[in-house]
Amino acid sequence: MSTLSNTTASPLRAGSMILPAAPWIIGALLLCVLPWIFNNNSSITIMNQMWITVIFALAYNMLLGQGGMLSFGHAVYMGMGGFFCMHIMNYVEDFGVALPLPLLPLFGGLFGMGFAMIIGAFSTSGSGVRFAMISLGVGELIAACSIIIVAFFGGEEGISGDRTYGLPFFGVEFLKQIEVYYLISFWLLLSAFLMYLFSRTPVGRMANAVRDNPERAQFLGYSSRWVRFYSFMASGFFCGIAGALFAINYEILTEENLNASSSGVILLITFLGGVGFFFGPIIGAIAFTLLQTVLSLETELWAFYAGTLFLATVMYFPGGLAGLLMMHVPIFRLGNQKKLIMPYLKTLLPGAIGVLGVAALVEMIFHYRHAALGDNEMTIFWTTFDSHAILPWVVVGVVTALALYITKTNAPDLYETWGEANTPSGGGK
Amino acid sequence: MELILVNLIDGLVTGLLLFMLSAGLTLIFSMMGVLNFAHASFYMLGAYFAFQISLALGFWMGLLIAPIVVGVLGAGVERYGLRRVHQYGHVPELIFTFGLALLIEEVVQFLWGKNQMAYNVPEVLNFTAFAIAGNSIPAYKIFMIFISIAIFIGLLYILTKTRVGMIIQAALSYPKTVEALGHNVPLVFMGVFGVGTALAGVAGVIAGPVLGTFPGMAFVLGSIVFVTIVIGGLGSLWGALVASLLIGWITTFAKSYNILMSDILNAVGIATPENLDDNIFRDLWTITSPQIADILPYILMVLILIFRPYGLLGNRDA
Repeated sequence: MSTLSNTTASPLRAGSMILPAAPWIIGALLLCVLPWIFNNNSSITIMNQMWITVIFALAYNMLLGQGGMLSFGHAVYMGMGGFFCMHIMNYVEDFGVALPLPLLPLFGGLFGMGFAMIIGAFSTSGSGVRFAMISLGVGELIAACSIIIVAFFGGEEGISGDRTYGLPFFGVEFLKQIEVYYLISFWLLLSAFLMYLFSRTPVGRMANAVRDNPERAQFLGYSSRWVRFYSFMASGFFCGIAGALFAINYEILTEENLNASSSGVILLITFLGGVGFFFGPIIGAIAFTLLQTVLSLETELWAFYAGTLFLATVMYFPGGLAGLLMMHVPIFRLGNQKKLIMPYLKTLLPGAIGVLGVAALVEMIFHYRHAALGDNEMTIFWTTFDSHAILPWVVVGVVTALALYITKTNAPDLYETWGEANTPSGGGK
Repeated sequence: MELILVNLIDGLVTGLLLFMLSAGLTLIFSMMGVLNFAHASFYMLGAYFAFQISLALGFWMGLLIAPIVVGVLGAGVERYGLRRVHQYGHVPELIFTFGLALLIEEVVQFLWGKNQMAYNVPEVLNFTAFAIAGNSIPAYKIFMIFISIAIFIGLLYILTKTRVGMIIQAALSYPKTVEALGHNVPLVFMGVFGVGTALAGVAGVIAGPVLGTFPGMAFVLGSIVFVTIVIGGLGSLWGALVASLLIGWITTFAKSYNILMSDILNAVGIATPENLDDNIFRDLWTITSPQIADILPYILMVLILIFRPYGLLGNRDA
């Protein structure tokens, strides 16, 4: 990670509490305005899912990015918070306790934190492989228990509840999707803000130090174990909040919220977005949710593309999408951005065509192998053709090969310009 | 008594199968310091390749060719994937193999579909070897035991008695020194990775017909393999053997003997509550051992990691 963090030079002093207000105000405004722009129900549903994932991914990055702890069972903390909240919802409905719904995530968070405290008590004594393995084991254990222990987890069918219980909160009953949207947005903003503040506290800073060099942190008199424990606890708290919001939004929780594939997905999202920056997971969650919802409508193979993208990110851009964006900051500081436009166009445009071409070939092979007998017609990129004829294969193959060839010939030019753009004018050559 | 013998054989088969996977994984770990999450995926690839080859050339050619193909693929992954990611540190390496596991599963679904393949035990071995008190033991199980033991002995011989094995062992502990002596250490690493994945491939070839060849087979076995090498001690070959057999026997015995949790609790001296339906802990009372057989290894691993973090036979420094 050390290669990533050297680009994060920020004007903020460590431990300083002065914050740049602009991103937060813009974020809050966007959250308020977005449902007016995309005002149909399905996009609000997508956005609800997105913001919950954002909270979860940010909480996960408190461990992975800021604390250097790789967890393979993190869905458990979100799921446990969610399950607990669902039980509170049902309890309140049955016994009529005055607990307004908007406060529910707080309880989910506290429960997630409590659970993280129990697990963290023995798992945080080391980072790396040991921590990863314990998290994997605990994750599998809880996921398996959720089927066996029916009283709490509801077995195979999970537990469900009703968010419109109790009295209206200032006249809002949370019947409509949009009301839930604003509730989620409020908690998103609050938790993101708190998580950012946490990363600025001495504990948050020590988490970075422990990630980079635990021995040295120990020599300075900090217990790396306690620092990891605090990060783990805080992460559990925000995961619990995400779980509670999940419970409110979907009104049902099952084993799926706890199992290993949910834990895998959040790792994928966080890494895709970029672990080196605070806002990385936000980008990752938005990109992945869009990919999941939009692409899965278009093709059955979306998980294949997502996996490929993930692997390419790990291999070539370990900084993730956020790292890719932040690589351009020095260039903008130097005022060299105009130099890059032409090489970018010359390389990335054929590159994009090449990638789409490869995707088309993959789709065609898939259709050729798996489509029902006699069903030879397929539609891709708004064109319908016969996948068993030779012509479409030749056309797509030639276009793809040509595009990839042009990309390859133009790439060195881009590298060179990139180097030039990163050199201050006057200095160097 | 007879049932114990039958279960011992069943557990031995499971354990040795697990060992073939964990042996490669633990070698790779001690070499590169990274847990290969995609290891079980290579096991799955082995089964699928062997199925495809067996359609054309029969089972035995599959057993011969598929592991080689898997090994070459594994070496390629090390050479062009892991070696590149290595520079970013251990966590990205782990994440890389994790992503690779996801991708291999998708690719397998893409090529062969989601259904189980008709990959069966070859005719030659499809008979009952012997019977113990009415429980027949298929010859294929005996065949699996022999293959696994042969591979273990071969591996042990190569690692401890041959020159190549000496270089590998030296390269594991002191890569810089071995490199200075003129050996190509990256090549050794690539070779070990290839052989490790080929072993997983062999396991896939012989397990495919009995456990089923389907896209989820890597996922089923994947995390158990990690559990095995963590329990045995990371990097220890003997530890991997002990842990594999332990897990094989524990799960087999838990599945075949229906031990009730309420009996255990009663034996300890806690009486069963009168009205079980209203009790919060009602599920605890109704747990049976076959129900929790599959999670016993995880419980064991968490306990081992808490009380003996370096595993049963692991090195304290590792």
